[in-house]
This record gives sequence, C-alpha cells and structure tokens, in this order.
Amino acid sequence: MFVLAELKDTIRITPEQFSLKLTEAIQDEINRKLANKVLLNVGLCISLKDLVSIGDSLILPGDGSSHTDVIFRYIVFRPAVGNIITGKIRSCSREGVHITLGFFDDILIPPSSLQHPSRFEETEQAWVWEYPLENGEKHDLYMDIGEPIKFRVSGELFEESSPIGPPQKEGPSTSKQTEVKIPYKIIAAINESGLGVLSWWDQNNQEEEEEEGEGGEDDQEEEDLNGESIGDGAYEE
Amino acid sequence: MEIKNICYSPLTNFEVLETLKTVSKKDTKKKHGLRNLATITYETLQYLEETPVKSQTKESITDFLRDVSQYKLTKNELLMIINDPPSTALHIQLLVEDSEERLTEDQVNEILVLVSKYLNIEES
Repeated sequence: MFVLAELKDTIRITPEQFSLKLTEAIQDEINRKLANKVLLNVGLCISLKDLVSIGDSLILPGDGSSHTDVIFRYIVFRPAVGNIITGKIRSCSREGVHITLGFFDDILIPPSSLQHPSRFEETEQAWVWEYPLENGEKHDLYMDIGEPIKFRVSGELFEESSPIGPPQKEGPSTSKQTEVKIPYKIIAAINESGLGVLSWWDQNNQEEEEEEGEGGEDDQEEEDLNGESIGDGAYEE
Repeated sequence: MEIKNICYSPLTNFEVLETLKTVSKKDTKKKHGLRNLATITYETLQYLEETPVKSQTKESITDFLRDVSQYKLTKNELLMIINDPPSTALHIQLLVEDSEERLTEDQVNEILVLVSKYLNIEES
C-alpha cells in the first residue's frame, strides 16, 4: 500500500538555514513542502526516505537564498487497485460506508459494492447486511462505527485542488463556499466473501460455507471452521 | 516539482514503520513548519503499530520469503501477505489470485503455518 516515488525539485534554502548542513536543510525543506499533502496522481506523501542526488547550488540575482536541484525518494501512500487493506469504519451515510486508516480518511464503499443484499438503517444511521439464513429468514449484520473492516481497493480518484483564494470580507452577505474538493479518494469494495467487518468472518464461517453455494463440504469440516487457522475448511478447491 | 518515477519501488509496511520510527525520533527538535510531518508520521505509526507488522523483523521477513518461494506466489501477492498476514484460508483466497487452481488445500495450510511462524507472531 505504500510506494517509493522518485521526484525531482529545486529546493530553495533561505539564508537563516545556512547554519545547517546542506543535506539536513534540504531534507527539512522537502518535508515541509510535501509531508501530509496529496501530490496529484502520485498519492498521499508521508515522509522523505532518502536523497538520491544533490546538484550544484545556485544563487539568483535579488535573492539571498540558494537554489539546489535535488532528486529524492519519498514514501507515498498509494495502494494499488486490487490491494486488500484493513481499516476502521468512520461513518455510514446514504452514499455508502466511509472508512478511515487513521492517517487517511477519504475511503468510500458505495452501496453497490457492499455485501448483497444490504440496506441503510435510517434510525441507526448504519448499513446492514441482510444475511440470509437457511430457513428463508435473514440475520441483520450491522456495520457500526469503529469496527475494523477489510476491503479491496477498487478505484482511485484524483482531483486537482486549487489553492484557496483570499477570504472575502465584502460584507456577510457573500455566501460561504463550502464546496471542499477531496484531492485523493479511494473507492473500495467489500462484496466478496472474506471482506467486510472482521467479526463477521470469525463467527460466520460456518454459514458462509453454505452461502457461497460451492457445496461439496462435508459436515465434519464445517464443524472445525471456527477460529482455528490451521485445517480451516473454508478453502475450497 | 518533477515526477521522475511514480512508483520507484513498492514498500512493505514494515519498511515504512522502520523509516517513520527514525523520523519521529529526529523530530523532537521541533523545527519550524514541520508540523505536517509530525502529524502524518504520528498517525501512520499509530496505524501500523496496531497491525501484526509491529512484530516483524527484517530476518523474519527474509526467512518467510525463503520458505514460501516453493509455492510460486507473485511478488505482489507476497507483499500483500506480509503487509496483512492472513490468518485463515479464506484470507489467502482473497490475496492470491486463482488460489483454487494454483494451490492445494495442504499447501494453503502450509502457508498459513509459515505466516503464523514468521509474520503474525503475536497471534499464534
């Protein structure tokens, strides 16, 4: 889910940092610029990994700072499509289930990618998987806030966000622009067996065998499914 | 800013954890304007330290890779297994493409044993 991206930039070191070692000043400056920011089509920048090369430093007329061409590698959060990640449920809404990883919040499972059939419980503000039981009834599995959840990355969306303009002081009448662009969004899916809230699969292994409908399991094996990782019969050929 | 290579190489969560640990130590100096770095490293560290990655070491990962090489998993699959060590056969099914055709039931169980031996030490 993390990658190293190789980037090149001209780093400006202001005179007050001349007392530092050049490499240290450059590292700080790169981190100042990139840490916790989304780079378009690259991902969420976490931290500098290492410097690859440092070019000659130049001084430009009218500016006391030095400018240095630097090639460096940066740790970037950019899960590949198809990756499986474990996160926590942040909230549920009509648009789907929002997931957080702690450092990254913009992950959404749209309703079409939830387990089927699911419904949105208006009173509880939670999505519910209507798990079908053998006798034709259904068992409601709630997706509560804070529950750990395993999901597959099914898509990503980058959006160019322009800098926020100066605040408009022209009287209170000007409508506030609440439209916030999300620079990097991950679309996730949990409509596969094994994905979704972790506790579903600890307890529901047995039932899932039937639900998958791939059949052919003998009853004894199904007895052993719970908990035990070795000899787990959930695997089918 | 020039992007030379978007994906120079993928990283395991373990490598990220190790790097961030050194970063968070260095930052005690509280330099001006590095608050973003402090925030993101703190949050990422918190996330990673809740996962089994915390108990991994360089040796345990190389040992795992050596022992698991006989099952002919792709690099990407191995990366996912190391980042999110599977504890049940169902998880392996999710992580390994066409696992039904490529692995026998016994092999899956052998991989699970290796995973709990090297990668998921706490839970086993």
